[in-house]
Amino acid sequence: MRSLTRRPAPAAAPRDPAPSKLGYRYQRLMLTPGFRGTVRIGVPLLLIVAIFGSWYSQPENRAELAAKIEDTKQSFQQRPQFMVQTMNVTGGDAIALAEVTARLPTQFPFSSFDIDLEKIRADIEALDPIKSASVRVGQGGALEIALNPRVPVALWRDGATLRLIDADGVQSGQIGARAERLDLPLIAGDGAEYNIAEALTLFDAAGPLIDRVRGLVRMGERRWDMVLDRDQRILLPGDNPAAALDRVIALNDAQDMLSRDVAIVDMRNTNRPTLRMNEEAADALRRVNNTIDDGADN
Amino acid sequence: MGDLYDSQRAMRQMRKAAMQRGVVAILDIGTSKIACLVLRFDGPEQFRTDGVGSLAGQSQFRVIGAATTRSRGVRFGEVDAMQETERAIRTAVQAAQKMANVRVDHVIACLSGARPRSYGLDGTLNVSGAMITEQDISQVMASCDVPDYGADREVLHAQPVNFALDHRSGLSDPRGQIGNELKTDMHMLTVDATAVHNIFYCIKRCDLELAGIASSAYVSGMSSLVEDEQELGAACIDLGGGTTGLSVFMKKHMIYADSVRMGGEHVTSDISMGLQIPASTAERIKTFYGGVMATGMDDREMIEIGGDTGDWEHDRRTVSRAELIGIMRPRVEEILEEVRERLDAAGFEHLPGQQIVLTGGGSQIPGLDGLASKILGQQVRLGRPLRVQGLPQAAIGPAFSSAVGLTLFAANPQDEWWDFEIPAENYPARSLKRAVKWFKDNW
Repeated sequence: MRSLTRRPAPAAAPRDPAPSKLGYRYQRLMLTPGFRGTVRIGVPLLLIVAIFGSWYSQPENRAELAAKIEDTKQSFQQRPQFMVQTMNVTGGDAIALAEVTARLPTQFPFSSFDIDLEKIRADIEALDPIKSASVRVGQGGALEIALNPRVPVALWRDGATLRLIDADGVQSGQIGARAERLDLPLIAGDGAEYNIAEALTLFDAAGPLIDRVRGLVRMGERRWDMVLDRDQRILLPGDNPAAALDRVIALNDAQDMLSRDVAIVDMRNTNRPTLRMNEEAADALRRVNNTIDDGADN
Repeated sequence: MGDLYDSQRAMRQMRKAAMQRGVVAILDIGTSKIACLVLRFDGPEQFRTDGVGSLAGQSQFRVIGAATTRSRGVRFGEVDAMQETERAIRTAVQAAQKMANVRVDHVIACLSGARPRSYGLDGTLNVSGAMITEQDISQVMASCDVPDYGADREVLHAQPVNFALDHRSGLSDPRGQIGNELKTDMHMLTVDATAVHNIFYCIKRCDLELAGIASSAYVSGMSSLVEDEQELGAACIDLGGGTTGLSVFMKKHMIYADSVRMGGEHVTSDISMGLQIPASTAERIKTFYGGVMATGMDDREMIEIGGDTGDWEHDRRTVSRAELIGIMRPRVEEILEEVRERLDAAGFEHLPGQQIVLTGGGSQIPGLDGLASKILGQQVRLGRPLRVQGLPQAAIGPAFSSAVGLTLFAANPQDEWWDFEIPAENYPARSLKRAVKWFKDNW
């Protein structure tokens, strides 16, 4: 017979939870630091590497990835902020400008990622008339090139060619005729370009002779000859040539030595300056001496 | 007995390894509950930044996990059904590990039953005017006259309690002193070997290593007796579920321990039988309404004891609280009288201090201190365990005094016999030392 009131369900066995041996071992394993680290970091990492590796091993996937990367790179580099629109070249004369411009990119606009400023600078600096240059992409997408041209200080005659050289002895150009640059002194001879400074001091020291000086010739790569008009030469010593030149000038001032028929003033031995006269002068001198001797004899 | 000492030394090694790892578990295997605490050792004064000194030296560790579970398969503090006990240990350890979030490999356990028996040993060594060395101490301990305690028993504790040099006694450390005759008093506690082996086996089956084992009476005395009580002499009575442990302390050493094989579960079964109710209901009634001192008010307080038979009359029985007390009191008196007998047998009345401290889950019965002072003497108090760092609020009651004492035992154990050097005579590797000693003695 059913009871009229609902009786509570018979109490279950008292709750008595105990972990299974497997659960207990599993919990202890998961609390082991090394194992826990492996499971939490190592296994997901391995999974990611495996998935990516299997995707990457397909050649079409690799190509797609490379194309995607290239595309992204291009779209970034072609932004208007990075585009070079114009070019400004400052410094340097017209000839240098023409030479420089010929070596610069002409297709505007282009991305500033596509140009190699270092290479452009090296190219420009390889040109003879340019001593140094600075190249940068400045405001408003302008390629700004500032040139620092070489300043020629002398002409160097090398065979038939006339080269312009600057104070460092570096060639900065060529000219066709001496008349184009009469303002520059002329030097010649082997090794002349390495002693520009000495040559320039000698030109400065020439003083009153400067109008007559044709040039300096390096002799034997150790000393200078100063060549004057009328084929006169002043042979200067290897050391302290300026002092020797000063003595010659002093002699010239006192005795008008160089306006006479002298071919060579030899100052190589400073203790014993020597004059060589032209042949006719020498003959004349000899003749005069003989006449004097004869007169004396008679 | 060499075998046991080897295993005790191995446990000490294990404890050292656990200290180095910094994590050790405490397992109090009782009859009514199994408590597991996970301790983290971080070196001294790790958690104190305010410059306040440590409390009883226990601030070097912290409780980071605690769990309690109903004990299964344990009777009288001994393993009765091994599978069930193993499950219970697993439950407690797993919950504590989960709370601590760290894996524990080393366990220090205590056992409450296993019929402990105390022996007082003394040894004498003639040192003939030389300075006392560690070797002398180990030799004097080896010279102790060990009684025949039976083949099926094992030594749980063997602590040197006192050293005497010639006529001076009460030395705690005689090393470096000079005298002729060195004497020592030792307290040795033996328990049933099978109980220890069963616990050992249970813990091994849970993939744990036993790093130490202690008597429950001893460790609850360590946690619930204050320092002067330990110094002057006091007894700690741990009213547990299946056994009542008692330990006597003097000069900070345990000098006697015993256990009475009666406890709170016997009170529960008395209620269950007397009122014809299931054991779980009896346990609930005992904890909610139990007491030992009846007053007139208790006659009027009626307790529903219920039932589930379907019989209306049977299911609506009530008893007065006085009746309940009438059932509980004789059993509690019986336990306390048994304790009194044991204390008398141990000569407790000769100690300078007569303090008796009641602890353990059974000590929470209301009015117990009044009853105990009638049976045990005037100086009775209820003891709670020391506060240790990180212990949850639920585990600070007197029922956890042996678990807390075990944490102190794990942190700084007292020197036992096996912590001293092995005497040279028993150790072949020291033969050179013996030869040198022979030369010194004879030349």
